[in-house]
Amino acid sequence: MRTASLVADLVETFRAEGRIVIVGASLAGLRAAEALRERGFHGSLTLIGDEPHEPYDRPPLSKQVLQGWVGADHTALPRMGAVDAEWRLGVAATGLDRVNRRVLLATGDTVPYDRLLITTGVRARPWPNPAEGALRGVFTVRTREDAAGLQAALNADPKRVLVVGSGFIGSELASVCRERGVPVTVAERGGGPLIGPLGGVIGDIAARMQRGAGVDLRTGVSVRSLDGDSDGRVRRACFSDGTTLDVDVVVASLGSIRNVEWLQGAGLAAGFWGVGCDAGCRAFDINGVVTDNIFVAGDVARQPHVLYEYQFISMEHWDNAVCGAQVAANNMISLETERRPHLPLPSFWSAQFGVNIKGVGVCSFGDEIAFTQGCPEDYRFAAVYGRRGRIVGAVTFDHGKWLPYYAAMIERSAPFPPPPPGYDRPADPAPVPARFPDPRVPTGIPDVVLTGHDPTSRGAEFH
Amino acid sequence: MRIVVDLNKCQGYAQCVPLAPQVLRLLGEEALTYDPNPDDEQRRRVLRAAAACPVQAILVETRIPDDADPVT
Repeated sequence: MRTASLVADLVETFRAEGRIVIVGASLAGLRAAEALRERGFHGSLTLIGDEPHEPYDRPPLSKQVLQGWVGADHTALPRMGAVDAEWRLGVAATGLDRVNRRVLLATGDTVPYDRLLITTGVRARPWPNPAEGALRGVFTVRTREDAAGLQAALNADPKRVLVVGSGFIGSELASVCRERGVPVTVAERGGGPLIGPLGGVIGDIAARMQRGAGVDLRTGVSVRSLDGDSDGRVRRACFSDGTTLDVDVVVASLGSIRNVEWLQGAGLAAGFWGVGCDAGCRAFDINGVVTDNIFVAGDVARQPHVLYEYQFISMEHWDNAVCGAQVAANNMISLETERRPHLPLPSFWSAQFGVNIKGVGVCSFGDEIAFTQGCPEDYRFAAVYGRRGRIVGAVTFDHGKWLPYYAAMIERSAPFPPPPPGYDRPADPAPVPARFPDPRVPTGIPDVVLTGHDPTSRGAEFH
Repeated sequence: MRIVVDLNKCQGYAQCVPLAPQVLRLLGEEALTYDPNPDDEQRRRVLRAAAACPVQAILVETRIPDDADPVT
């Protein structure tokens, strides 16, 4: 009883005078800061971000911005409450000293904390050859500057754009090019677009959709090298099948790299797939012991999920950043009995080629797929993914209104395949193999990754 | 002004589109696209569009907090 009241006093004191530092000032960092204040944290709050901008939204960068409708500097996130924080922007965190509870900054400064939230997210995987990647006309798309540069390049009416990689971002880029009337080639090392997150059956449909829109989609090939001219501008791409292509813009959409390097030596469970944490966003140390004062949220978090056999999941989803940040904030300033789990049903969306693609659950956890509504040939359908007789994910093409129905099925582990609907039945509702690639193959890196139960089970290379 | 649309929530009802057509648009049959930082003169239209959304997916910054311009 006495101990309990002592702990309660401690939490009250922390709420009044504690020091919280958030490293990572994007969507998750901002929403966590707002949630901390909303839930009654009155202590000092510091946000550290390596980009020189206040938090901005990234999904519009590959869509509205590249379409030319919205400026790259016009995606600042709305503030949903005052955060009354000290902002350290344009300064990267370079180290973590857990013993003395300090974050080390690139400027040489240190920032002390009582509790730390890690929301450093991911960065775009750069073109593997640095000299080729430095050619003018070669882009990735992750930051405001990336999008501004690519928007300008598209405005200059390029003769041909080459998109390397056809996950969601690569496919959205190809779509934007076609909407703008720009000739575009997509090079995909795997069997088709979107196969990482959605499997080969949907990949075949996405491939038809791309080709139907005039995309020169080349699957099963990789780009060996990029050639530049004497001005340092990219001019030509050489493919693994021996062919070459004249290009003046190349976009590498090769997935992402988690920003964990600054945690090297800190003794946290940080590696290739992110920072391991419990379902309450508390970081694990390198031995799998939960820490008391370090929390993780957003793209960089890797946490177990009850719906998916407690496998650790890394999720690069907008929703995951918002909800994870709010849970982390709550748990940072709450007693044990008031802590909440972050157990989202993963949700995503992507607009491409005039079609709204949405999904729930972890599709890649399934091994079979069954069409449940609509007509795949018309790019209007719903399909569910199953594993061992239960539904684990669902995807819709222009059938988004049905997603909550499927989400409810996933939440209660409903049988797979589900009973047929009363109308809008697909021609062939029989389950077929979903054809996901081997997760260790370095292509089609999905934005949700089942990282296994232990660090080696997905062949991850840890730093 | 600043807005963000939770496109997981958005069901493509498109009730918002005619109320603020310069800010919110439909691509194809159900994909909503929008200007995240529209001109302030759009505020009344955007607020009406947000109110009309059946699933309340449009978040509008109702006031600029005192610390909206972070010191770098």
